[in-house]
Amino acid sequence: MSATPTRERTAVASAAGASPEPRPQDGCALVTGASRGIGAATAAELARAGWPVAVNYRSDAEGADRVAAEVRDAGGTAVSIRADVSDPEAGERLLAEVQSELGPVLVLVNNAGVTADALAMRLSDADWDRVLETNLSAAFRLTRRALGAMLKARFGRIVNVASVVGRRANPGQANYAASKAGLIAFTSTVAVEVARRGVTVNAVAPGLIETELTTRGVAPELADAIPARRPGTPEEVAACIGFLASPAASYVTGTTLTVDGGMTA
Amino acid sequence: MPETKSKEQIEQRVTDALVEFGEERENITPSARFEDLEVDSLDLVELAQIVEEEYGVEIKDSDLEHVQTVGDVVEMIAQRSS
Repeated sequence: MSATPTRERTAVASAAGASPEPRPQDGCALVTGASRGIGAATAAELARAGWPVAVNYRSDAEGADRVAAEVRDAGGTAVSIRADVSDPEAGERLLAEVQSELGPVLVLVNNAGVTADALAMRLSDADWDRVLETNLSAAFRLTRRALGAMLKARFGRIVNVASVVGRRANPGQANYAASKAGLIAFTSTVAVEVARRGVTVNAVAPGLIETELTTRGVAPELADAIPARRPGTPEEVAACIGFLASPAASYVTGTTLTVDGGMTA
Repeated sequence: MPETKSKEQIEQRVTDALVEFGEERENITPSARFEDLEVDSLDLVELAQIVEEEYGVEIKDSDLEHVQTVGDVVEMIAQRSS
């Protein structure tokens, strides 16, 4: 059955007033790939905003534990949870585990991402699949599973970490670009599906950010090509994710916030 | 373990859910068509979730395609939960 437009209902909704409701008391935030980089900075940012945070990691237990410990030292609540989100079943278990420890996930940050660069002519099936699974399919599965609780709570914030590469070509990253462009389209579609339940779905598109993903073999000339003349920091991206996850961003949905120092302007 | 509910209880629960989704209570009758109620796919998905959680009855998307009225969905839930 296809969705029908809701003519009468929109009239009722506007009369009800539109001031953002405060952060729900029950519920938590889950950040995937949060042992370092943008994920770690985002976990810290969300904790500062008052969310209990689940710090997911695939293999860097030390990093994840450190992130969680810093949140707790600052007076927040955090747990670190291992799961390889590219594994369909692991993602399912991850959400169940987070829910039992911290409550329903009302903020989901799909940040876990990998690269496996090669020119398209030389890209292997394995490298194509792995990047698509981790960067795109995992985000889909976690979103699918998390939406139920968000719809019920009439509050949800899904933020997908895409990339400027999803929109502008970067040779050698056809798989990465495809996964990020897919993520952007996925974002806007789901956003429209659930918007009237107070669930927003957005993406951030970071440019060149100082993380392990980019410090391996980045040409210095690249910084010269950026109007801001420097790479960005994970905190600068986390601040954007924090805003999109906040109650104040209640009317922002289906959009991609580019964080690139002017690179793709 | 979800208890077996009478058809009246199921109808009440479905009605309550639809009211929560924004429909007027007096419009919700067994013969009311979802199309006329402006209940769309998102509402039905959420209704299916409620039904699954509270009655342990699974409703797949393919099931929702055949459901046209409030009575249809109540009947389906009643059959599957007995």
